[in-house]
Amino acid sequence: MDWTIFWVAATFATYFGIAIWARAGSTNDFYVAGHGVHPVVNGMATAADWMSAASFLSMAGLIAGMGYGGSVYLMGWTGGYVLLALLLAPFLREFGKFTVPDFVGDRYYSDTARIVAVICALFVSFTYIAGQMSGVGIAFSRFLGVDFNTGIFAGMGIVFVYAVLGGMKGVTYTQVAQYVVLIFAYTVPAIFISLMLTGNPVPQLGFLSNLKGEEISMLHKLDLTVQDLGFTSYLSSTKSNLDIFCITAALMFGTAGLPHVIIRFFTVPRAADARLSAGWALVFIALLYTVAPAVGAFSRLNVISTVNETTYVTPGEDYAAKAAALEAAGERASPAWFENWEITTLVAFDDKNGDGKMQIRGPAAPDGLENEVTINNDIAVLANPEIAKLPDWVIGLVVAGGLAAALSTAAGLLMVIASAISHDLCRRTFFRSMSDKAELRVARLAAAGAVVAAGFMGIYSAQLAFVAQVVAFAFGLAAASLFPVILLGIFWKRMNREGAIAAMLAGLIPTFAYIWHFKIGAGKAAGPDQWLFGVSPEGIGFVFMISSILIGVAVSLLTQPPPQDIQDLVEDLRVPGTRRPHGPGDAAMPPAE
Amino acid sequence: MAANDETPDRRAYWPEVIRLTLTLLAIWFAVSFGAGILLRGFLDQFHIGGAPLGFWFAQNGSIYVFVILIFYYCAAMNRLEKKYRIEG
Repeated sequence: MDWTIFWVAATFATYFGIAIWARAGSTNDFYVAGHGVHPVVNGMATAADWMSAASFLSMAGLIAGMGYGGSVYLMGWTGGYVLLALLLAPFLREFGKFTVPDFVGDRYYSDTARIVAVICALFVSFTYIAGQMSGVGIAFSRFLGVDFNTGIFAGMGIVFVYAVLGGMKGVTYTQVAQYVVLIFAYTVPAIFISLMLTGNPVPQLGFLSNLKGEEISMLHKLDLTVQDLGFTSYLSSTKSNLDIFCITAALMFGTAGLPHVIIRFFTVPRAADARLSAGWALVFIALLYTVAPAVGAFSRLNVISTVNETTYVTPGEDYAAKAAALEAAGERASPAWFENWEITTLVAFDDKNGDGKMQIRGPAAPDGLENEVTINNDIAVLANPEIAKLPDWVIGLVVAGGLAAALSTAAGLLMVIASAISHDLCRRTFFRSMSDKAELRVARLAAAGAVVAAGFMGIYSAQLAFVAQVVAFAFGLAAASLFPVILLGIFWKRMNREGAIAAMLAGLIPTFAYIWHFKIGAGKAAGPDQWLFGVSPEGIGFVFMISSILIGVAVSLLTQPPPQDIQDLVEDLRVPGTRRPHGPGDAAMPPAE
Repeated sequence: MAANDETPDRRAYWPEVIRLTLTLLAIWFAVSFGAGILLRGFLDQFHIGGAPLGFWFAQNGSIYVFVILIFYYCAAMNRLEKKYRIEG
C-alpha cells in the first residue's frame, strides 16, 4: 500500500514535470509534435499509446483462461504493425498533414468524406477512452483506497495537464516515460516467475522449457492439469478456425486503421522515419506481447497448483499459525496472496460442498465437483510479484504500470478527439479562415472538453453498454470503415469521392448494427449458428471490410474518375520527397515541408 | 540511351515497391494465418522446445517474424530509394 502510493505519486510527478517542459507553441507542435520526433522515441511512445490497461492488466489472464484461443490477441494486436509499416504509415507521413480525416477529406476532395471519417474516428476513440478512464478509476479504488470517481478525477487531472498544455508534444514525451514504467513493471515479475517455475530467466524461453526438476514441458504439464480438472485443452480452442481467422484479421486491420495509432506516425520527420518507427514500435510492443503468453501459462499453472485442494484460511485468522497447524495435520493451507487479494474482490471462494477446501474445476470435471474459486483475469499480472515472493516495492510498481498503460492510451485518444473537433470540423470544414493562433486555442479547449467528456464516460461506463465491447466496436469499425479508404486512397489512383463515401458507410453501418445486435441488442443470447457465416461480432469487422472494399471499387468504377490533380497527389505520396500541393485540399491547407 | 551511372527510370520504382510489399505480406500471412491458424493442426505434431510448433507460431513465433519483416522492409526500401535516387 505505501509503496503503491509512492510509485503512483512519483510517476505522476514525472508526467507533470514533462508536461511543463514540453509545452506546445503552435498547431504544428500541438497536433504532430512539430514533425520532429526521433523514430526510436516515436516507436516507444507508440508502444505506450498502443498498450492499454487491457493489454497490461488483462491480456495475460485472458490468454491463461483461453489457452490457444487467446492467440487472436497476440497475433491480432501485433500483426497490424506490419500493415502500418508497409501499407499506410510512410505514405500518410508523406501526405504531410495532421489527422486521418485530413487525408480522407483531401484525397477524396470532399467535405462529406471528411465528416464521415470524423464520425468514425470520434466513435472509435470515445468507445476506447471510456474503458481507459474506468480502468484508472478501478486501479485507484482498489489499490489506493480512494473512491472510484475520485480516482477518475485524479486521472483526468493529470492527463488534462499534459495533453492540454503540451498537445502531441507533451503526450509523446510522457508516453515514453510511461512505456519505461510499464515495461519494467511487467517484465521484472515475469523473469522471477519464469526462474521459479522453469529455472530459465527469459520468460519466452521458460515458455518452451521443462518444469524445474521435472521431465515434462511446462505447457504439456499445464495442458494435462487443466484437462484433468475438466477444462478444455490449453493447446486448442472451442472456436471454429474460421472465427479465429476472422477475429485475428479484424484485430490486425483494425489496429492499422485506428486513428490514435496512425497519427503517431505523423510526428516523425520523414516517410522513411515512419516505417522505421513502426518497426521500433513493434519491438517495444513485442517485449510485452511475447512475455504475456508465458505469464498467462505460468500463472494458470501456479494458481492451480497452489490453490486447488488447499484448506481455506479465513481472512482475520493468524495465517502463519494456521498454516503450520495444517501442515502438521498433513494438509496444505491456501496461499497467503489469495487472502490478500480477496479484499479487492478480484478473487473469491465459495465453499459449495462445505469441506473447507478450495476446489478449482472446469465445466466437465470428472469427479463431478463444482468450481468454488473465481479468479479475475487481472490477477495473472497483479498477483505475480507476490506469487514470486518479490519485495513490496515491486507490487506497488505494477499498479503504477497499469495506470501508465491506461493514461498513455487515453492521452493518445484525446489527441484524436481534440484534433477532430478543432482541426477537421472547425478549421477544415466550418471556419476555414481561422488563424493558427485561434485554432491552437480551440484545440486546447477541445482537448479540455474531451478530458471532461471521457471522465464522465468512465464514471458512467457501467451504464454505457458499448464500453464493455470496445474490442469488437473499436477494432471492427476501424477495420471496416477507415482502413479500406486509406488503403485504396494510396494504392488505387482510380478510387474517387463517391467510392470512398460508399465504402466508409458500407463498412460503418453493417458492422455497427451487427455488433450492436449480437452484443447488446436482441441477439445477445444467440450462438454461432445464428451468426453470419458463423463469424462472431469480434471478427465481423473483417467480413465487412472485404465488402466495403468491393463496394468502394464498384461505385468508383461506375462514377467519374478523380480529377487529374488528385491523381497527381497520389503519385507524389508514393515517392518520398516529391510531395507538391495538389487539389482543393492543399489549396486550403498546404502540406508540411 | 543513358549512361550506366544515371538514375534508372522512376516509373519502375513503384512496381518494385509493390513487388516487395506483396512478397513480405505473403510471409506475414504465412506465419500468422498460415502457421498459427490454418496449418496449426498439422504443425502441432512438431515441437520447438516444449511447445507444439503451430501453437508457438500463434503465441510467439509470428510476432518475431513480424518484427524482422518490418526491419527488412526498411532496409530494402532504403536500397530502392538509393537506386532510384529518391531522397525523402
